[in-house]
Amino acid sequence: MKFGVIVFPGSNCDHDAYHVISKHVGQPVDFIWHRDTDLSTYDAVIIPGGFSYGDYLRAGALARFSPVMNSVKKFAQSGRLVLGICNGFQILCEAGLLPGALIRNRDLHFICEHIFARVETADTAFTNELARGSVLRVPIAHAEGNYVCDDLTLAELKRENRIVFRYCEQNGEITDNANPNGSRDNIAGICNRERNVLGLMPHPERACEDLLGSSDGRDIFRSLAATVAAAA
Amino acid sequence: MKAKVYVTLKPSVLDPQGKAIQHSVELLGFDRVADVRQGKYFEIALEDTVAAEEAHTAVTRIAAEVLSNPVIEDYRVEFEA
Repeated sequence: MKFGVIVFPGSNCDHDAYHVISKHVGQPVDFIWHRDTDLSTYDAVIIPGGFSYGDYLRAGALARFSPVMNSVKKFAQSGRLVLGICNGFQILCEAGLLPGALIRNRDLHFICEHIFARVETADTAFTNELARGSVLRVPIAHAEGNYVCDDLTLAELKRENRIVFRYCEQNGEITDNANPNGSRDNIAGICNRERNVLGLMPHPERACEDLLGSSDGRDIFRSLAATVAAAA
Repeated sequence: MKAKVYVTLKPSVLDPQGKAIQHSVELLGFDRVADVRQGKYFEIALEDTVAAEEAHTAVTRIAAEVLSNPVIEDYRVEFEA
């Protein structure tokens, strides 16, 4: 089992993801520079948070043209696992691997706080160790996390059970008040139709140790590892 | 050949920055501004060797595939000789 963490100029959560895979998942992990294109030895890649290319033009817009992204597309098409966190989610949307877009937060501020996210489906490679309806306490840190998509896309996401995380109250209730950034339908994370590509705005890799205020994010990485182990 | 590209949010997409600007404009004393939408403007200069038709094709592609995100934005291209 081998993991890769892709590093763009401006990525800044790459070491957090690396740390979680090596320490808490206990598996080999490499950094992959965005100019590299060979992903053949990996079972899963993480596109980490940060500000790739300084968020110039639109968050994630320029990273999509990095050489590694063509390989990520083929990697995803081959059924292997891709996890995009925060800026990684933005990049996956810009690259067309996930539908919709992430625009400026409703209240314009950069929001950095712990939120609650409800697991909407356990039927993904990233949530199979979690119970549907369970509530995770995880941090967000973004200025462009406001998920938008058209009505058709939203209907499709719902019909295909592809909304994976939604912002909620501590008790799991989905309310406007619990929506930090204005995201449509409180969406915090979605997956692709084949369910092997997940993008989410919250940072589970920053919530893997009690010392950091929450270890709720660990189950996402445990799910990922369990999926890879089951496929081996 | 020079081209100007205007990228604007689709009418259906909320523009919180435009709203904040509108609010500031109101604080400046103009209280009859109905709406403000923020967009992006690009000036692209092509090398002289690029023929007009090729330039149109190239700039349109640049606008559609790099400068704008079709999920949330529209673009408009203007050329000047």
